[in-house]
Amino acid sequence: MNNVLLIDFGSTYTKVTAVDTEEGRLLGTADSYTTIETDVGDGLENALKKLHEKTGPLEYSARYACSSAAGGLRMITSGLVPELTAEAAYQASLGAGAKVLKVYSFQLTEDDLEEILQINPDIFLLVGGTDGGNTECILHNARMLAGVEFDFPVIVAGNRTAARECERILAGHEVHLCENVMPKFGVLNIEPARKKIREIFLNRIVQAKGLSKAAELLSGILMPTPSAVMKAMHLLSGGCEGESGIGDLIAVDVGGATTDIYSMADGMPKDASTVYKGLPEPYDKRTVEGDIGMRYSVRGIVEAAGLARICQLSGLDQDAVNALLDRLCSSPDLIPEKGSDLEKLDYALASMAIETAVARHAGSMEETYTLMGLTYVQSGKDLRHVKQVIVTGGSLIRTDRTGEIAAHAFASPAAPMSLRPIRADIRVDRKYIIAAMGLLSEYYPQIALRIMKKELVYDGYSE
Amino acid sequence: MRKKVLVMGVIGADVHAVGNKILYHAFTEAGFDVVNLGVMVSQEEYIAAAIESAADAIVVSSLYGQGELDCRGMREKCDEAGLKGIPLLVGGNIVIGKQKFEEVEVRFKEMGFDRAFPPGTPPETTIAALKEILHVEEEA
Repeated sequence: MNNVLLIDFGSTYTKVTAVDTEEGRLLGTADSYTTIETDVGDGLENALKKLHEKTGPLEYSARYACSSAAGGLRMITSGLVPELTAEAAYQASLGAGAKVLKVYSFQLTEDDLEEILQINPDIFLLVGGTDGGNTECILHNARMLAGVEFDFPVIVAGNRTAARECERILAGHEVHLCENVMPKFGVLNIEPARKKIREIFLNRIVQAKGLSKAAELLSGILMPTPSAVMKAMHLLSGGCEGESGIGDLIAVDVGGATTDIYSMADGMPKDASTVYKGLPEPYDKRTVEGDIGMRYSVRGIVEAAGLARICQLSGLDQDAVNALLDRLCSSPDLIPEKGSDLEKLDYALASMAIETAVARHAGSMEETYTLMGLTYVQSGKDLRHVKQVIVTGGSLIRTDRTGEIAAHAFASPAAPMSLRPIRADIRVDRKYIIAAMGLLSEYYPQIALRIMKKELVYDGYSE
Repeated sequence: MRKKVLVMGVIGADVHAVGNKILYHAFTEAGFDVVNLGVMVSQEEYIAAAIESAADAIVVSSLYGQGELDCRGMREKCDEAGLKGIPLLVGGNIVIGKQKFEEVEVRFKEMGFDRAFPPGTPPETTIAALKEILHVEEEA
């Protein structure tokens, strides 16, 4: 027996997953409240106690963890043109598992600086200009930052011509130079910046977030939870040596405050009559909808979907919906009882959360008539042919209508230009293991992949 | 020395890709650093690309006759975006039907384009014009 413990310090729950790596099987999972105020170790102890009640006492040869506690990895980025380098910086930060609080483009102003200081991010990502291109903006922004007092590390990942000068301007601060996120026009190069963000998270943020006590108990890898999820989805999609993946996929994590969408697919136009517009998107793309969540961001769902659709899907009238929404806002830890109105409302909210978030994540198609005939203009990723949708998050795990809810990720005749999957298998993360498998994949990819293939069970819409 | 950077593409709802590729190769061969935006390019895309790459000139192609409409207001947008004085060049079948090119040229210059080239202009002509505008010395 060789057991590994995988820990996810979440903002609300600390989840533990035990795996026997010799037999390659999941031993059990459990969770308990995160205790960031006192010592995260307490919450971990409680979760372990619950786990061992189910599995019997276990010894671990290694403990690995990821964390989104204490606000997660909070970042601010600044770039030049909003759709170009600023977008590339945003993609790099999201891909590294960060929570991006603000994206600035063009030159930073004094007001911007006040805002930055107030937010006081964990990391600032400074970019702008292609290699050999514009240097004015990034140098200006470096000077603006240098003019105020701050304590966060800055990653410089813009025009390489200006990199060293930025470093000099910001002397006295923690500055990390990195390859340009957009070295040539239209070319995304976000992996180096992602890696740097994770490194800094490990070396610096873990201490700042009160996780260092927990880190002493660990054998390695502390990464932001979304980064672990990203790794897991990469593995599940692409496979590893000795085990094949399941191909292109979309993963949906509907949380209380945000909804995260991951896609593992190329998504570029397949035929010659389609022209692609805009910055190419990463193969492994993550988006976070900060206004879409089942409890703290419940109003955002209603705003995006419209009250009428929520009423229609839940079968409740407007007054009932409004009353329940008020209740949810005042007590976000409500969990619906079977057959209750809240359960019906949760069904509608989760469905619309998925529809909205996947529609925003996926690309869109536009028809244009040219003198050469009908032409299609695609922007963003074409996910119509993705055949696997993975869902996780309390509202999808603790319901027996998972398939019905998740089917709202699919393309709909009401929005024919949205490039969402036409039809896909739905798999649900009933045991909440995805982040844990992302951690495990760093050392035992084949076992992590096998466990995911087994534990992410088909639901509803499977053929 | 830094190569001169050109941003190029076919403007509007125009999908003529062949000439675009030929020009791209010709410009690159002539020693320019070329950002090719391909076909169906909007004014905003030229401008965004020119800002990020600190372009020295924008070269607009149009083959389908609607160039005059598509190019309108481009100079003003460049000014607005901080690209004041950036050389703008345009060429191809840039107007509808057979018109005297002298008159067409005047109209495009009034729109703020530095040069306009008639149909059938060989790449060498455009390259020579670019080198003149950007003060590129011919190698001895």
